[in-house]
Amino acid sequence: MFLHKLLLSDFKNYEQASLVFSDKINCFTGNNGVGKTNLLDAIHYLSFCKSFFNPADTQNIRHGQDFFAINGSFQRNGDSNELVQCIQKRNQRKRFLLNKKEYDRLADHIGNFPLVMISPYDRDLISEGSEIRRKYIDSVISQFDKQYLDDLIQYNKVLVQRNALLKTFAERDFFDSAQLEIWDEQMIRLGKLLFAKRTRFLEAFIPIFQHYYTFISGGQEKVDVQYNSHLCSSEMEILIRENRSRDRSAQFSTVGIHKDDLEFTLDGFQVKKFGSQGQQKSFVVAIKLAQFDYTRNIKGYKPILLLDDVFDKLDDVRVQQLISLVSQHNFGQVFITDTSEDRIRRIFDTMDIDHKFFSLPLKD
Amino acid sequence: MNSLPSRVFETAVNELAKLPGIGRKTALRMALHLLKSRKEDAEAFGMAIIRMHNDIRYCRECGNISDDELCSICGSPKRDKSIVCVVEDIRDVIAIENTGQFNGVYHVLGGIISPMEGIGPDELNIEGLIEKVNSGSLTEIILALPTTIEGDTTNFYIYKKLHSSAIPVTMIARGISIGDELEHTDEVTLGRSIVNRTPYESIIQKKNQ
Repeated sequence: MFLHKLLLSDFKNYEQASLVFSDKINCFTGNNGVGKTNLLDAIHYLSFCKSFFNPADTQNIRHGQDFFAINGSFQRNGDSNELVQCIQKRNQRKRFLLNKKEYDRLADHIGNFPLVMISPYDRDLISEGSEIRRKYIDSVISQFDKQYLDDLIQYNKVLVQRNALLKTFAERDFFDSAQLEIWDEQMIRLGKLLFAKRTRFLEAFIPIFQHYYTFISGGQEKVDVQYNSHLCSSEMEILIRENRSRDRSAQFSTVGIHKDDLEFTLDGFQVKKFGSQGQQKSFVVAIKLAQFDYTRNIKGYKPILLLDDVFDKLDDVRVQQLISLVSQHNFGQVFITDTSEDRIRRIFDTMDIDHKFFSLPLKD
Repeated sequence: MNSLPSRVFETAVNELAKLPGIGRKTALRMALHLLKSRKEDAEAFGMAIIRMHNDIRYCRECGNISDDELCSICGSPKRDKSIVCVVEDIRDVIAIENTGQFNGVYHVLGGIISPMEGIGPDELNIEGLIEKVNSGSLTEIILALPTTIEGDTTNFYIYKKLHSSAIPVTMIARGISIGDELEHTDEVTLGRSIVNRTPYESIIQKKNQ
């Protein structure tokens, strides 16, 4: 599956644009602010029904205009054409159409045209708090497991109710263990299911990630991801029971899978504290490439890969490794942005792979 | 629409706009309609609401709305008093009654457990249900609460309270809607239906009853 043609109307800085892509490598080059990343974001829209950057859809309408439209024509297995359209008018809901037929729910579209985006913002995975890492694995798992998503939503509801109950106990100065137990029971049941799925997912995911990191770094460094959960060391039932009095004095639930975290290490040390910027970048790139692999294995075909500004902070050796990697046959269509056309031309002109350059701003 | 020409009129509009599903524009339309209708009609309308509040009682047995001490369901000799269906509120009684498939009696809880909204078991009519069970005349409790996590939790609470009494507790089936295509059913419901499948034989037998 690949994106053959992209048409934009009043999307971000583009008044009108029409681009025809290669099914392998496509490079957008140009100076800051010409709209390289905006093209990637338009492609992101076609896949996930939303911007990678800005959750307020109407802010992606070109200044002073009334709507934006993104049209993408995908090809799957040879000649079948699939047209995806996204239309956002001011003060109206966002509309998505596949082959001119509108979706009732956007969720039905997501996953049909899989895509993985590697962007400078990925470093938040390392630098920010545990919530962003939980959200990341949740988003990858739930893309292919609706039951997981449902269980997760239920778990979070139970958590909010249980915390509210603990607060009520403290405020009214009473305690009824029967009232707490009914929430405990739900939390134990759902927590166990989610823990098992997260564990299973990471068992498959981590070796792929390590494989990619080794490749990019040239094999000198050993990286690992450790899944830290209260449930790793004890059973959920026991944890809930043992921490009951602590929960009561804290007035919230102190144990459970909502406290899970991933610890990233490089040669045994925390990447967050001891990794260089280039090593951190390589780390998150490898995570995203592993996500690509995982998605491809489940979907049975190659997702589209977007590389936004990946050359920043990486040394020439790693850039070369990364490019040769994504040019291999297990990757499909790739979109790359770079400020320097010379640099990227030098890399690709030596390689035997179909590629296309788009020098921005586009000329009519 | 900020200021209406009459203070009295505006009060009426504001009161109507408090009703569920009624916005300000609809409230304005309703108020104008009532204003233009005959005086007797408008008075009958107002009296009906006042009388509803003054005269309606709640059934001593089940908590359903009623004109007498016992509601028409609990008071009917045709209903099987040994089967009790537990529901969240009166709307659910009406919904199940409309199916015409249930011949037992109800027990209205008046809500479901939700600490976030400050609703605990003590705010609900659960004690009344336990008393009924302890009286020993029941043969089955049917739980018909919403399929949300709060509904499930309330089911669980009731079940735990009744567990020692050894009375059979059942829950209404959840699954694919009648007349639906499988492919249009959401994955979670479909998945649950597969897990909680029922023996075909029991379905044929029920149809023949």
